Amino acid sequence: MKPGYEQIYKRPETLLPKRMHYCPGCFHSTIHKIIMEIVEEWDIQDKVIGVCPVGCSVFAYDYLDIDMQEAAHGRAAAVATGIKRMLPDKIVFSYQGDGDLAAIGTAETIHACNRGENFTFIFINNGIYGMTGGQMAPTTLEGQKTTTSPYGREPATTGMPIKMSELVSQLISVAYVERVSCNTPANTRKAKRAIEKAFKIQMKGLGTTFIEVVSNCPSNWKCTPEESLEWIKEKALPYFPLGVFKEPAKEEVE
Amino acid sequence: MPAKGYVEISIETCKGCNLCVIHCPTKCLALNTSDTNSYGLHYAYMVDEDECIACQNCAIMCPDAAITVFKKVS
Ligand SMILES: Cc1ncc(C[n+]2csc(CCOP(=O)(O)OP(=O)(O)O)c2C)c(N)n1
Ligand code: SF4
Ligand code: SF4
Repeated sequence: MKPGYEQIYKRPETLLPKRMHYCPGCFHSTIHKIIMEIVEEWDIQDKVIGVCPVGCSVFAYDYLDIDMQEAAHGRAAAVATGIKRMLPDKIVFSYQGDGDLAAIGTAETIHACNRGENFTFIFINNGIYGMTGGQMAPTTLEGQKTTTSPYGREPATTGMPIKMSELVSQLISVAYVERVSCNTPANTRKAKRAIEKAFKIQMKGLGTTFIEVVSNCPSNWKCTPEESLEWIKEKALPYFPLGVFKEPAKEEVE
Repeated sequence: MPAKGYVEISIETCKGCNLCVIHCPTKCLALNTSDTNSYGLHYAYMVDEDECIACQNCAIMCPDAAITVFKKVS
């Protein structure tokens, strides 16, 4: 360090000093970093348990220095349910892509929410199946080109993109739903605050907490990381608006 | 006058995504287009040491947590 200066930001130590396999500019890395900042700042490394999906983030357990469990594709909500019920004092989260949470795992997702399972969903909505080479997801935007919608998604045959935050916020036992993004510094700060709030609400036992992150996939969107931010701003956010869809009363959380 | 802040960027951790560069309000970062790290990627570096205001925008945007931020002690 240069004399006369102090360190004000550094990589959290709970994010292991390994090179993450994610593509340059992918928000999977950003969200990993944010979660680990919270774990380090709150000193809860022994208190948090994560559940990994199948998708690009299948190896998240290699990077996050906390207890983690891998789940079969789409089943993270069922696995998180089991862990939280057996270890109710832990902070449990599932980390899932849109193919995982909103396609093959829709039933697990909806029913865990409907039962009010007291864990936090961290839902990475990048509108595509990243790991398998860019196939259409339920969240793919109308007209968006993917390997399985080469002429653009057609609602007449595939429906409109599913709005998971709006959907789960209808369920009575769900306590907190917020949609965030990491496309700007301000939004990335808000994303961190949303995950912190979800963990707080979970610790109070108020019900299911659900954070949707409007994410990117520069590799399969076939653009640069910078262009992926433009796409989020111009195309994704008008359809998937950011904000709080449901939250408990302030006095319940504090 | 010494800068309000400065950053250190881990060359080997950086993937050259450019997100830090485009979010620096004082334009003090750039990708080094004449050199690569061992992965063959151009990495970000401080191109203008005098302009950093220690706002942390770059570090917040860096997906790979490659950036450490230092602020001048007032
Ligand atoms: C039971 C089962 N069906 C299908 C697959 C193939 N598969 C692997 S990842 C994936 C979807 C990944 O997309 P998403 O969940 O959106 O995550 P991303 O890779 O975009 O982060 C699919 C269909 C699988 N591994 N297991
Ligand atoms: S394929 Fe897409 S989602 Fe997967 S790591 Fe690369 S950018 Fe991220
Ligand atoms: S944001 Fe991080 S990975 Fe991307 S260019 Fe800057 S230092 Fe490198």
